Amino acid sequence: MRFEGRVWKYGDDVNTDVLIPARYLNTSDPEELAKHALEDLDPDFIKEMRAGDIIVAGKNFGCGSSREHAPIAIKAVGVSCVVATSFARIFFRNSINLGLPILESAEATEAAERGDVLRVDLATGAIENVTRGVTHHAKPFPEAVMKIIAAGGLMNAIRDEVLAREATYAQGATA
Amino acid sequence: MGMTMAEKILARHSGRERVEPGELIEAEVDLMMGNDITAPIAIKRLKALGMTRLPFPDKVFLVMSHYAPAKDIQSAEQIKISREFAREQALQHYYAEGSGIEHVILPEEGWVLPGDLVIGADSHSCTYGATNCFATGVGSTDLAAAMATGRLWFKVPETARYEFTGVRPSYITGKDLILHTIGQIGVDGSLYQVMEFAGDTLDSLPMDDRLTMANMAIEAGAKAGIFPCDAIAEEYVAGRARRPYTPTASDPDAQYARHYKWDVTAMEPLVALPWAPENIKTVGEIAGTAMDRVFIGSCTNARLSDLRVVAAIMRGNKVAVDTLVIPGSRQVYRDAMREGLLEIFMDAGATVSAPTCGACLGGFMGVLGPKEKCLSTTNRNFVGRMGHPTSESYLANPAVAAATAITGAITHPKDVAARELASV
Ligand code: SF4
Repeated sequence: MRFEGRVWKYGDDVNTDVLIPARYLNTSDPEELAKHALEDLDPDFIKEMRAGDIIVAGKNFGCGSSREHAPIAIKAVGVSCVVATSFARIFFRNSINLGLPILESAEATEAAERGDVLRVDLATGAIENVTRGVTHHAKPFPEAVMKIIAAGGLMNAIRDEVLAREATYAQGATA
Repeated sequence: MGMTMAEKILARHSGRERVEPGELIEAEVDLMMGNDITAPIAIKRLKALGMTRLPFPDKVFLVMSHYAPAKDIQSAEQIKISREFAREQALQHYYAEGSGIEHVILPEEGWVLPGDLVIGADSHSCTYGATNCFATGVGSTDLAAAMATGRLWFKVPETARYEFTGVRPSYITGKDLILHTIGQIGVDGSLYQVMEFAGDTLDSLPMDDRLTMANMAIEAGAKAGIFPCDAIAEEYVAGRARRPYTPTASDPDAQYARHYKWDVTAMEPLVALPWAPENIKTVGEIAGTAMDRVFIGSCTNARLSDLRVVAAIMRGNKVAVDTLVIPGSRQVYRDAMREGLLEIFMDAGATVSAPTCGACLGGFMGVLGPKEKCLSTTNRNFVGRMGHPTSESYLANPAVAAATAITGAITHPKDVAARELASV
């Protein structure tokens, strides 16, 4: 999977409360949540971002609550991937489970500024800063996780396995 | 190079010789748990997928613990979703209201065992690590996937080793050891790591204390807390194990991210002040701080040995503030009843409730009002955790909680004992 998009750059410890403010958590509808993504961190983001843009941030991105609403909102708004120095544990899991690509690279984060164009190759972990002409490498995801992201999330990734098993139940019932 | 016990458990469950920290693996899960808050979302995801039959129903545990007995119509609806799913799937391990808290029940009944890989859709699922298993809290989507396939992906965490030496003085419990640890390293001091507990202090550290310590690993940001399978753990699991198990030890040359060592011989009972479990003072430093109520309960400190300590201090005394005691499980409740502990609590003027999470998460049963201060045996004291955003929770061990209930202000348990002797 390859992405190209403009950089939205933020600092360390971006927490789930600013990614999607708690006042909007009475819904889990992705479209609704997307309207408020990053609202308290950067009001311009939602107005000016274009589908495919990339969020770049410092360490411990997504810390705070364990709710899945934060990566749901970021994905629904059209962000293609998030590059950060490091991710908070549950945000990391939830992102991959929901099919939001994320990459860890302190070097790529340091080099990038707001508005730079990045080209990201998830399979190799290469993060090319087209604007600055430098390339950094995040550790590529293992195949199992690539499969989850490519499928669009964990539930989609296991869908075939579940449906195949269900089909054998149905055969059993008619036999 | 050797491996830590956590790495060995993850390697074994992913069919590999070894795993390295940072690697992502797919592993077979021995047991998966959801509660009345997290299971309904997982069930919804499974239904959306078109799944009609769980492949491993024996591994699925659903525990109605948080808002059970239902506190309102919405919580009744949540419980109903889980109950109907359990019926439809003929689940053997559905724990209805009154059974207690998942993190008390599962170890007590011998379901979480040495060498196991356990996930729970509840952040305090790390409690089970006291029995030498790798247990971690996950989201509802994780639970759904594990229920559908029996497997889940994991990022292999680093392990940090926490060693305690010396014999604990009286009134120093597992709660104090873990509060000390969090006070030293902070609420993100072991972020994403496994906390491996070790040292000669463990030689006389009972299982209930270990469960309390593993329970609070998440309060230091850890993915799991784990204890060795020593003689004390062996004895605990041998009498109750429901399946064969595999005691797992760290290699002497295992790699640790960090190594801490603390001498416990001069420790004092500790209290975590609002608003974070890292905000630690000794009881001596804040003795006399008036409390509005006391809560003795939760998956941290509501086991039989906890209640025995409380009863020893309450016996013959009266509580000075509203005091609520919630035994952690039906078994604890029954044992406490048979031993006469519940009667001691009632004679002292405390309230005893049916097993549930209750006041711990400010959901129902003992919720705090504006600016109310509560001395609590629970594990978290964030803003609003037990009720109103201006209410304050102070975390301590059960002996400190009982002594504080008697005087109405934060009190060292030895001072209540001394008072009793003086009045003889
Ligand atoms: S007792 Fe408290 S911490 Fe434990 S599971 Fe219940 S709500 Fe969570």
